[in-house]
Amino acid sequence: MTALLQVTDLSVAIGALRLLDGVSLSVERGQILGLVGESGSGKSLTATAAMGLLPLIGGRVTGGAVYFDGRDLARMSEAERRGLRGRRIGFVTQNPMTALDPVQRVGEQIDVVSRLHLGLSKAAARARTVDLMTQLRIPEAAAVAEAWPHQLSGGMKQRIVIAMALAGEPDLIIADEPTTALDVTVQAQIIQILGGLVRERGMGLLLITHDMGVVAQVCDRVAVLYAGRLAEDGAVGPIFAAPAHPYTAALIGCIPQDGMAPGSLRGIPGVVPSARAFPSGCRFHPRCARATPDCAAQVPPLAPRGAAGAGRAACLHMLPEAG
Amino acid sequence: MLSYLIRRILMLVPVFLAVSVIIFGILHFIPGDPVDNLLKVGSSPGARAEMEARYGLDRPLPVQYGLWLGKVLQGDLGTAIVARRPVADLIAQALPHSLRLGGLALLFSTVMGVGLGIVAALNRDRWPDRLVMGGVLLGSTLPSFWLGLILMLVFSVWLGWFPVSGARNAAALVLPVLTIGLGGTALVARITRVSMIEAAGRDFVTLLHAKGLSPLRIQLLHVLRHALIPVVTILALRIGWILGGAVTVEVVFARAGLGTLLIKSLGQHDYPVVQACLLMLAMAVMLGTLLGDILQAMMDARVRAAME
Amino acid sequence: MSAVARPAPVRALGRPVGALAGGWLALVILAAVCAPLLTPYAYDVQSLREAYQPASRTHWLGTDEFGRDLLTRLIYGARTSLSVSGIAIFLSVVSGMTLGAAAAWFGGWFDRVVTVAVDLTWSFPEILIALILVAIIGPGTTGTMVAISVAYLAQFTRLTRAQILTLKGETFIEAARSLGASDGHILFRHLLPNALAPVLVSAMLATGDAIILEATLGFFGLGAQPPVPSWGGMMSAGSALVFKAPWIIVFPGLTVAVTVVAINLFGDALIAELDIRNRLQGRP
Repeated sequence: MTALLQVTDLSVAIGALRLLDGVSLSVERGQILGLVGESGSGKSLTATAAMGLLPLIGGRVTGGAVYFDGRDLARMSEAERRGLRGRRIGFVTQNPMTALDPVQRVGEQIDVVSRLHLGLSKAAARARTVDLMTQLRIPEAAAVAEAWPHQLSGGMKQRIVIAMALAGEPDLIIADEPTTALDVTVQAQIIQILGGLVRERGMGLLLITHDMGVVAQVCDRVAVLYAGRLAEDGAVGPIFAAPAHPYTAALIGCIPQDGMAPGSLRGIPGVVPSARAFPSGCRFHPRCARATPDCAAQVPPLAPRGAAGAGRAACLHMLPEAG
Repeated sequence: MLSYLIRRILMLVPVFLAVSVIIFGILHFIPGDPVDNLLKVGSSPGARAEMEARYGLDRPLPVQYGLWLGKVLQGDLGTAIVARRPVADLIAQALPHSLRLGGLALLFSTVMGVGLGIVAALNRDRWPDRLVMGGVLLGSTLPSFWLGLILMLVFSVWLGWFPVSGARNAAALVLPVLTIGLGGTALVARITRVSMIEAAGRDFVTLLHAKGLSPLRIQLLHVLRHALIPVVTILALRIGWILGGAVTVEVVFARAGLGTLLIKSLGQHDYPVVQACLLMLAMAVMLGTLLGDILQAMMDARVRAAME
Repeated sequence: MSAVARPAPVRALGRPVGALAGGWLALVILAAVCAPLLTPYAYDVQSLREAYQPASRTHWLGTDEFGRDLLTRLIYGARTSLSVSGIAIFLSVVSGMTLGAAAAWFGGWFDRVVTVAVDLTWSFPEILIALILVAIIGPGTTGTMVAISVAYLAQFTRLTRAQILTLKGETFIEAARSLGASDGHILFRHLLPNALAPVLVSAMLATGDAIILEATLGFFGLGAQPPVPSWGGMMSAGSALVFKAPWIIVFPGLTVAVTVVAINLFGDALIAELDIRNRLQGRP
């Protein structure tokens, strides 16, 4: 069975900046893949490429390919790609505050998807919209559908955006940091609702986040991006138990945990390098405590980590498996 | 919406008062005795006394202003010195001509400007865009009276398509409307293009693409809708400019109207008429800004929310 | 100061469009300054026998209804039109900067009064303001000059005020203040010089509009009075003769149009150059 979304060795550039370098990942039906990294690692760009929307931001694929349900996006016509968007791939944006058209009632913004892609009548589309909104636990959904975006809270807006993504009965949802802009209390709720619906319907979900906590909460598998390259990927359990890449370990170290003393939360020293000047060799080496001269000299290949099938990591000095 | 409307209209009151003070002041700023300025040369002492009594010219200035404003608000704009008729009559005769000309020019600028703006925005940095923007630059830098005369020369004299001047029939309106409208078109096209390009870069547009809507639908139904909000506002603000343009163009085409009346009266030192014309033009500007705000509130729920 | 030694106007000339526009402006200004050296004719000597001549070898642009050489009058007209618009905008910039800087600096009721007055004038078309003022002052060069400078006053006041308000919060101003610099020093050595570039660029663009406004007032017979030639005045005289001798109005109109387009294009080039400089400074 082919994967729902298969990204193979994808490289993307905007102008002269090579922002993604040989990234591979796949999402199966009924599976949630967490794509993790700090800002500037290329997560959103991967999502944009998977939607076939790179031209919108002036980007272009310079290598590799994106397959949806076995078909190469690059070999489709623009009309075919447009037929996928909204219908088979739903998209949830990062910032719900600016994601909705401010001069259109929110209900209409959801209606349009099922009217366009499922050919529903106005009334049927609205009934479906209200139904979806209710499933997303929006109280008094029929009344909220008549509201303007500016009348809703951030969490409510994000539910509207999720309803838009679900309205076309897609097979895959790509959610680009769906909770970053929201209050901490609302974040967990939204993730829970989204995860629940995806599992219920057997859809695939590509969940982009910078929060390993969110990954631990809902994802089956995880892929870690650093500076446009894949650092590590694999099933969530083994990776959280024993990360092989120091960067993954550092990200996991960022999760606040019960019983932690205040102030003991570890950040990662340094910043993500700019695409104008990626470091040589392993791009993480300037921030890595385990770096050796080799790390600056050669690009570490993605190699199997730990037990067979537990995933891959790109590091010359993989962390030993926890005992 | 109603409370917003009322508040917005009340905000115009101080503006109207300030403008009326300045227009009232014209008579007193100009060199010479106000009474002499209001009378024809060689008027009898009786006429002089009557004039003084009428405007209370022997009273302190604030009282004079009060009397004048009271009369203006009742529609009494005084008597024209040269025509010896109530100024209100002259205005009532001229105003419909100017409104028709200005209204048509506004319509022309809006339709043409928005259309060209869309073409330019959709073809950004390609030749249709460059062509439109070049025309826009030219259109906003040609003096309107000159443009009018050249249009007249080409279309009326050389080609004989339209009457040379006057307001006898609809064909006579074409060239004046075109003259005012071209400048307006340039303005509207420029704003439409910029706001469409700006709106197309907003986040929600990305999501519209992600929903699988066609690019043309996104541009025309969503992006244009946003772009039109500033366009409408600026258009309404420019109603005064368009009437200002009408002043010039009326003179060029020798059409009846407020502009011709104003320029003629300025030359004849017929100050009551000058005051009345300026007052009318100023009112048109104020009503334009009011209209712009109302339309903006109608088009954008956020503005309504901010006001209530 | 930036590391690039050449000032923005010079760099603007380095762009093809900027060079073309700048070249035309230099030509017009030079012609206006050297008018008597350039033409064998006088602008005010009538010779009715030579009236209404189209362009020829002796009169390159033809003659007007009084037989005066049109090119000569156009060159002398440049003197009037450019100096009236230029001086008017200069006055406008000086008073606008003073008002705007004072409003931003002192704040309080003074700022409010200025802002209200500026907003009031802002909403009225320049031609209307100019007509009111000409009605008061009376027609002629002085009236036109004052009318134009008042018509554009709001623009420069508003711009300067906004610039100073933004700059007031900048770190280098606070640094200067903490070093004990006096108000006057901060205002005249730091704030105004920094606000100058945008004000000057918009003054340049406004000069283009002012030339049209001056021509319009001249066309109404409210500008420079005969026999002094101005572009607007020439077109005013020519408008009655447009069918008999179109060249009398065509050439002054073209001159106005080309000059104003040139000012706009040069202004654009200047803005682009200044923007590049800003971007270079903003780079990490």
